[in-house]
Amino acid sequence: MIRLENVTKHFPGQDHPAVNNLNMLIPEGEICVLVGPSGCGKTTTMKMINRLIEPTEGKIYIKGQDTATIDAIKLRLDIGYVIQEIGLFPHLTIAENIATVPREKGWPRDLINQRVDELLTLVGLEPEKYRHRKPADLSGGQRQRVGVARAMAADPPILLMDEPFGAVDPITRARLQNEFLEIQAQMRKTIIFVTHDIDEAIKMGDKIAIMRDGKLVQYAPPGELLSSPADEFVGRLLGPNRTIKRLNLIAVREALRSDLLPAVPSHLSSEEARLLLKGSKFNVLAVVDRRNSLTGFVRGEQLKNSSVVPVSEIAEPSPNVIEAEATLNEALSLMLGCGSQFVAVVSKKGEYKGVVTLGSLLELVKEDVKEDVA
Amino acid sequence: MELWHFISERWPTILSLTGEHVLLVLVAMVVAIILGVVLGVAVTYWEPGARAVLYLCQILMTVPSMAMFGILLPLLGIGYKTGVAALILYALLPVVRNTYTGIRAIDPAVLEAAKGMGLGEWSILRRIKLPLIIPVVMAGIRTATVMIVGIAAIAAFIGAGGLGELIFRGISRYNRQMILAGAIFISALAICFDLILKQLEYRYGIRS
Amino acid sequence: MWRKLNRLRTVLVPVILLAAGVSATVYFVENATPMAARLLVYPNVLRVLGQHLLLVLVSSLLAIAAAVPLGIIISRPAFRPVAPVIEGIVNIGQTVPSLAVLALFMTLFGLGFQTAVFALWLYSLLPILRNTYAGMKSIGPEIIEAARGMGMKAHRILSRIELPLAFPIIMAGIRTAVVINVGTATLASFIGAGGLGDFIVTGISLRRTELIYTGAALSALLAIFFDDLLARLEKYV
Ligand SMILES: Nc1ncnc2c1ncn2[C@@H]1O[C@H](COP(=O)(O)OP(=O)(O)OP(=O)(O)O)[C@@H](O)[C@H]1O
Ligand SMILES: [Mg+2]
Repeated sequence: MIRLENVTKHFPGQDHPAVNNLNMLIPEGEICVLVGPSGCGKTTTMKMINRLIEPTEGKIYIKGQDTATIDAIKLRLDIGYVIQEIGLFPHLTIAENIATVPREKGWPRDLINQRVDELLTLVGLEPEKYRHRKPADLSGGQRQRVGVARAMAADPPILLMDEPFGAVDPITRARLQNEFLEIQAQMRKTIIFVTHDIDEAIKMGDKIAIMRDGKLVQYAPPGELLSSPADEFVGRLLGPNRTIKRLNLIAVREALRSDLLPAVPSHLSSEEARLLLKGSKFNVLAVVDRRNSLTGFVRGEQLKNSSVVPVSEIAEPSPNVIEAEATLNEALSLMLGCGSQFVAVVSKKGEYKGVVTLGSLLELVKEDVKEDVA
Repeated sequence: MELWHFISERWPTILSLTGEHVLLVLVAMVVAIILGVVLGVAVTYWEPGARAVLYLCQILMTVPSMAMFGILLPLLGIGYKTGVAALILYALLPVVRNTYTGIRAIDPAVLEAAKGMGLGEWSILRRIKLPLIIPVVMAGIRTATVMIVGIAAIAAFIGAGGLGELIFRGISRYNRQMILAGAIFISALAICFDLILKQLEYRYGIRS
Repeated sequence: MWRKLNRLRTVLVPVILLAAGVSATVYFVENATPMAARLLVYPNVLRVLGQHLLLVLVSSLLAIAAAVPLGIIISRPAFRPVAPVIEGIVNIGQTVPSLAVLALFMTLFGLGFQTAVFALWLYSLLPILRNTYAGMKSIGPEIIEAARGMGMKAHRILSRIELPLAFPIIMAGIRTAVVINVGTATLASFIGAGGLGDFIVTGISLRRTELIYTGAALSALLAIFFDDLLARLEKYV
């Protein structure tokens, strides 16, 4: 647990404090995302937590202990820090970079090597390929990932991450975010995460802190933030389509309908399948194999026109399939992308679960708009 | 032809003078490197000191070598000691300056990352700063070494030994071959040092 | 405040150096021991100082006159193939110690003032040549391109764009050369060309400290004076 109490930082020679009377409580095991325009004091806030910057006023407590009373070096060794400018050590290899804190803590060599490989794999860099490279031989995004791995190396209970995925391409970023959330579900670290990307904030944050000119404007879970922004500034920061962004917070699983699109076992004949078609809202059937895994779709016209054959022979694969853990926003994009009224939902293992339809999404959005108007 | 004759005849003398010369340069360089790096590192922690130290070293460098020997001679006496002391003073500036500017030039993000991760000042110095400035310091060492090979030749005049003796003896005896041999061997020595150190610099240089 | 102090420095440093030189000379001349007193008299001091200045100024001016145009010429596109070769030769030349250069030319041209001037000239040619070339090369091709695009003629580009931009680097080369020349000129004494080295050399062989110190102090102050003067020129022009 991290608690900031009336924390103010006034840099000498500046008119306004960079951070102004900040009060915040970050519960143990949660991700707190700091968002705000450039220069609003996000980095400064972070650096005060690991005492790279000493606050002018106020106190910061970690697990109830005033950080000012802890030896700065000891404090920092237990706080992972991903700095905004990455700051890899150019003379050390990637492995040595990651091993910095474990070495400082005196871990045995084998354990360090093992940990380095584990982390490299985690951030999506093959250990064999990248272990012995120098930072100069990596792309900006790859360096940033090494920066994240380096901060996590000694498994610190607290992580400070200053725009850790800023230079990573959108696809890799989404993957890293997902994996990071997965690890976080097990590790339950206390994390402070800075980003400029409001979608990233909504996706990653248990709570989001909106800052402006060194002050905390709103501090709330993403759902609350989206449904009731504190003022116009927050509203503008969240962007015009808040309702759609709320879809980011809801898993496909929660809007799943299993009754709208029946599944047909692939060994059935087209004639038998035609009977099932009546139960489908979209004149389409999902074809599943013996283990209930989705193998494709058949359309009504196909069943009418063809002679009697097993459906497996006329089934066609389709791209509008999504995992139950994905967000409704992703489901929506997929629908718009395929020009389809629905997406089929499968479990992680590929089992067919049902569909999410455009209609049900509209329903959700409508409720939201009503709330907004009220 | 005569020159060749001279060299083959005086081969042992030339060799031992070369040895003296090299030793003189190496002793001065070792001291200058240790002193220079320590001083260069120290002044990065104290900005006003840095300006003063760099300015002083700069002035030391401009002082003509004969003047330097002249100034030190009454203090340290004829011979080796004055020679080494003067060479150290000359070699100091490139080493101090490159150490200082090398550390100053390190990307602040790198140092902040190190600090933020919990490395202490000593660890940062040993594991980050010093390894990072090796190429820059090596360049300073090369400049300094080549320079003092030349100054060491002049040091022969105040009895510090080395290949300069060939030139001074040659001048006083009007022995052309002796002067030529001296000039050639001193130049060759300087060029050799330059090449060897260039190689080392290249080897220890990091890509960044 | 700082600017005022800086402007004050411009006047102050030469004045201090001059005062130091004069008082050191007066002190050593007036307190000369009998054995040195014969040599250490004002006319002698002025004579060696004059010789020293003459050596430095003649060789430096000739070196500038030769090296700057040469550096410009080899930086022209037509000389691109030979430029690296010349650069390499210059670099090796600069590693050759000054005493060796003086000694070499003495064996060729004998003792005397002219030999010393020639050796100093050739030796100080190198840093000026190198910096002129480097200065010209440091100008981005896009700047020249832009000037050409505006319709400037080649000689106008050289005089209005290239030379002003390269000036600080050329000036730094001249500064290095002059300071080296002040130092190397103290060695000219060994080949009978006079200069402040005479006092130091004689002082060492006669073991007369005041003689050594007069020569050492004056040559050191002279070097610092030129260094300071040219550093200022480098910045303010
Ligand atoms: N060391 C410093 N000295 C003086 N002022 C500083 C210092 N560090 C930051 N500031 C000022 O404090 C304010 C907040 O800076 P901070 O780096 O915390 O912003 P930020 O929210 O992280 O911005 P960005 O999104 O651009 O990274 C800025 O106005 C900045 O100029
Ligand atoms: Mg920042």
